[in-house]
Amino acid sequence: MPTISVDKAELFKELGREYTTEEFDELCFEFGIELDEDTSESKKPEDLAQPPQLKIEIPANRYDMLCFEGIAMNLRVFLEKQKLPKWTLSAPAGGELQTLTIKEETTRIRPLCSGVVLKGIEFTQARYDSFIALQDKLHQNLARQRTLVSIGTHDLDTVKGPFTYEALPPEQIEFIPLNQTKKMNGKQLMEFYEKDKHLGRYLHIIRDSPVYPVIYDSNRTVLSLPPIINGNHSKITLDTKNVLIEITALDKTKVEIVNHMLVAMFGSYAESIEPLKIISPHNNETREAPDLTPREMQAEVDYLNQVTGLDLPAQEICKLLERMGYTAKPSSSSEKLLDVSVPITRADVLHQADIMEDLAIAWGFNKLPRIYPNKTAAVAAPLPMNKLGDIVRFEAAASGWSEVMPLILCSHEENFEWLNRKDSGGVAIKLANPKTAEYQIVRTSLLPGLLKTISSNRHHSVPIKIFEVSDVGFIDLSQERKSRNERHFAAAIMGKTSGFEQVHGLLDRIMLMLKSAFITREDGLKNEGLEGYWIEEVDDPTFLAGHAASIKLNIAGKNHTIGVFGILHPSVLQKFELPYPVSTVEINLAPFL
Amino acid sequence: MPGTRGPVPVVSESKGDLAHDVLQLLDQKQPLHTSEDLPQVPQPEIKAALDRLASRSMVQYETSDREDVILTKEAQTIVEEGSHEFKVWDAVKKNGGLPVKELEKHVGKDSAKVGQGNAFRNKWIKKDGDNLVLVAQEVEDTARELLRKIGETKSLDDKKVLTDLKKRKLITLSKVISYTVSKGPKYAKEIPVEVTDLTAEMLANGSWESANFKPYNFNALGASQNAGALHPLNKVRQEFRNIFFNQGFVEMPTGHFVDSGFWNFDALFVPQQHPARDMQDTFFISDPPKADKPRADPDTEAQMDAMEEGARRLFATPEKRDIKPRDYEQYFQNVKDVHEKGAFGSIGYRYPWSEDECLKLVLRTHTTAVSTWVLHRLAEDPRPARYFSIDRVFRNETVDATHLAEFHQIEGVIADFGLTLGGLMKFLEDFFSKMGISNLRFKPAYNPYTEPSMEVFGYHIGLGKWVEIGNSGMFRPEMLEPMGLPKDLRVYGFGLSLERPTMIKYGVSNIRELLGHKVDLEFIRTQHAVRLDKN
Repeated sequence: MPTISVDKAELFKELGREYTTEEFDELCFEFGIELDEDTSESKKPEDLAQPPQLKIEIPANRYDMLCFEGIAMNLRVFLEKQKLPKWTLSAPAGGELQTLTIKEETTRIRPLCSGVVLKGIEFTQARYDSFIALQDKLHQNLARQRTLVSIGTHDLDTVKGPFTYEALPPEQIEFIPLNQTKKMNGKQLMEFYEKDKHLGRYLHIIRDSPVYPVIYDSNRTVLSLPPIINGNHSKITLDTKNVLIEITALDKTKVEIVNHMLVAMFGSYAESIEPLKIISPHNNETREAPDLTPREMQAEVDYLNQVTGLDLPAQEICKLLERMGYTAKPSSSSEKLLDVSVPITRADVLHQADIMEDLAIAWGFNKLPRIYPNKTAAVAAPLPMNKLGDIVRFEAAASGWSEVMPLILCSHEENFEWLNRKDSGGVAIKLANPKTAEYQIVRTSLLPGLLKTISSNRHHSVPIKIFEVSDVGFIDLSQERKSRNERHFAAAIMGKTSGFEQVHGLLDRIMLMLKSAFITREDGLKNEGLEGYWIEEVDDPTFLAGHAASIKLNIAGKNHTIGVFGILHPSVLQKFELPYPVSTVEINLAPFL
Repeated sequence: MPGTRGPVPVVSESKGDLAHDVLQLLDQKQPLHTSEDLPQVPQPEIKAALDRLASRSMVQYETSDREDVILTKEAQTIVEEGSHEFKVWDAVKKNGGLPVKELEKHVGKDSAKVGQGNAFRNKWIKKDGDNLVLVAQEVEDTARELLRKIGETKSLDDKKVLTDLKKRKLITLSKVISYTVSKGPKYAKEIPVEVTDLTAEMLANGSWESANFKPYNFNALGASQNAGALHPLNKVRQEFRNIFFNQGFVEMPTGHFVDSGFWNFDALFVPQQHPARDMQDTFFISDPPKADKPRADPDTEAQMDAMEEGARRLFATPEKRDIKPRDYEQYFQNVKDVHEKGAFGSIGYRYPWSEDECLKLVLRTHTTAVSTWVLHRLAEDPRPARYFSIDRVFRNETVDATHLAEFHQIEGVIADFGLTLGGLMKFLEDFFSKMGISNLRFKPAYNPYTEPSMEVFGYHIGLGKWVEIGNSGMFRPEMLEPMGLPKDLRVYGFGLSLERPTMIKYGVSNIRELLGHKVDLEFIRTQHAVRLDKN
């Protein structure tokens, strides 16, 4: 969620009264934003350097509150101090619109462009700063770090239309970037900003493309190289009176949302808002931008009332919706419907469910009637695997072993090399983007977690006896998700002696509780009808030679190898930094379901 | 503070049997005053012997402590030889006058210095030229007498004199603990032979009847149990499961850590450009590479059937229910449409939707992915239903005291006709009251798959402030209607992490002390049983 810092005194001036921190926190709570911090009392040097700020967290879909102007306006509307303004376009004095022609080559890199002209704007330092900060917030959030949308703003009086949006090889684009003195071409610019902390992270968006997007005026002056940087020539200053905004994008919806936000937040500082004529025949995007007409929607009165649990007449609903920026009236077509105009600021409103939520906010979430309408009886049931797992957990604990919960993600070597196991491929689920080497795969065995737990508890006296019942994961191409979990039970003991009989005894105990009888290997192999478990010596490099056994199970007429137990090989102990002998047992619980 | 383990402390035999001596002495004299009768024995040894006897009711004793006035070495010399001034007077008298210079030779340096002045002041002697001559023929050495008395009584009532003597380093004060001992109800001259425990042999030969049992130390802990233990987090999990079971919830099949973008995001109406789908927030899977499009999953289906059999049996009616088989193709298309073009009364997000992005595999970021699957299943036969799950979820977070890459999500889902937002608040009030949290507040919030969305705040008495304890909302029509659920079937969803309430409740400030391999086994073994309603 974005956090916006606003001047406390200025905001309270806009709201027409002083608030204590608690009162303002309460207002935010009711409106659905969050007061993160009031710096009035802060002693930090950066806070003392400026007037007290309110740091406000804004829901990620409220692009209309990413700057001081938007927060003040929406709160004023909510507090019924004003109605939401209606933004309208005016024709320029001479009647001729500024035009921007989009060349077809731009489809190769960044096909869309929109824009608007703000005439007769009056900047102050605070407004100017807010204007820049809003662009930055939009770039970070809605525009996904400028990949989807990017904004360029220009002093219209320094350039001359008509404008063109083109895509050219980087070497052919030459200009002085914003706040620089040296002219450079597109290629040089990439090198120049390579190490730049702020801009360096956007270069990848176009760097490897054969053509770079660029906006020119009629004198071939470069306005900007989206989404990286503007030209220095057309830079806006505090004295700028007429602003040309150009917005390039990959996404048709978002380019207009951004346009709307800039107009709604800063249009009121301008004498007029003038459209830009976009000429883009190759993709049918020729139009005048922006379209400031509110979006007309309908909402069902019954739906609004039912879900909120209210019983309000249509008129009253309309009045409440006004506090959230809507213009609503009972529909002329049906008394069961409302005609709702959604202002350009409310890009987050997609469905009448959004209108319903706003009605609930205007009414007050915490004033809604709290009555539980659900009278339906229900029958509970546990997941069979969890029920089985719990049986094993309780029996292991009752046998004197302590339950541990290590992590499911682990490194590749803990799961394989350290246990002397080979990754034959196609077994372990691998992560594409872990932040650390600790998390490379989903474990295929519970042993690494148990051994790491013992290792971090070496300071305790031995014997240490621990167990875990939890899932491991495997690649399984037969599944929709190409993988599956398997519920395992595992235990480990570290002591002065190996503890081999201890894990064996625990296995016997669990098997007894799961109603599986011990049978000899001969009997098990001879008689397929004989149910029970037996153990067979096995050669497994995880364990000391001659001290490992695989666990076989005959259940429901089928033979399974469900696990293995044994004394860990000294090389395994060394890897996990275990000073004493350790024996382990691990079985798959699935066959017992 | 609990007592220490082990038997009652007993004086070791090698030091001579003091307890025995006490019994002998008591036979002759009662009460005993240890300071007089056993002046040489160190106090701790006396205490141990008396405790041993008292625990057997053989003696009773009272403790008194007082401050003794003790003479210093210098004072003792005065008591033996007389005060400095007396020594000076005596020397002058014996020699019938004495030159000042020679006094030191007769009485020593210390006495000459201090004694001369005092003897002048007492008008015992005077100076006559260079000679000291006698004034008083007979003197009384009061200083010596005072110290002698103090030496005998070890006390001095006059506080002023006491302070003066202390300053002159003639006395020191010492705290003395002494005991007044008398015979107890079971007094005897000898300690009877004792047995430490009742044995099978004693039962067999009847000796238990006459046996003298060594008393048990009721101030100590009992024997340590080599007990196994369940993990505290799983104990809290069990409490939550019980709350859900008591409310008729069916547990959801969460047995797959890996899910597709479709189930984890797209079907939940999370747009493909949402920050949650960033590499920074979600673990993507490199192997296996890609999920299939959603399709039937008979194994998981069978688990659900088994769990819901009870409800089906109980609520069975003569008329046959209409089952509308799921159409996975249609569902997939509906999800695509509602994102890309809008559908089901929504204008949608209107962006080019990518099937490739949708079929990417991820480690599930929430178990709501499973709720989605279960709700799609419900569309076959839309009816009131309640589901829950508590299982592991994964976030590609930078690990710190409150964040791990894995944690447990508690998730509840209620589907019914005619649900209201206030009803969800009421339900949550009831739900959280079972963990001792009453007085809930709800804050409007944003969540891509619920509308309205509410953050749940509870007043934490211990912390004295409102804390966020969970998230909740009603699933968006854009999530439910593509599944084929009817428009008037509304669905509550609510969730919280298992770790957070556990940490708040048990004062754990670092999540790594609760989950993962670094947890201390002693912590696991000593955490008390979890009773959420009892604190």
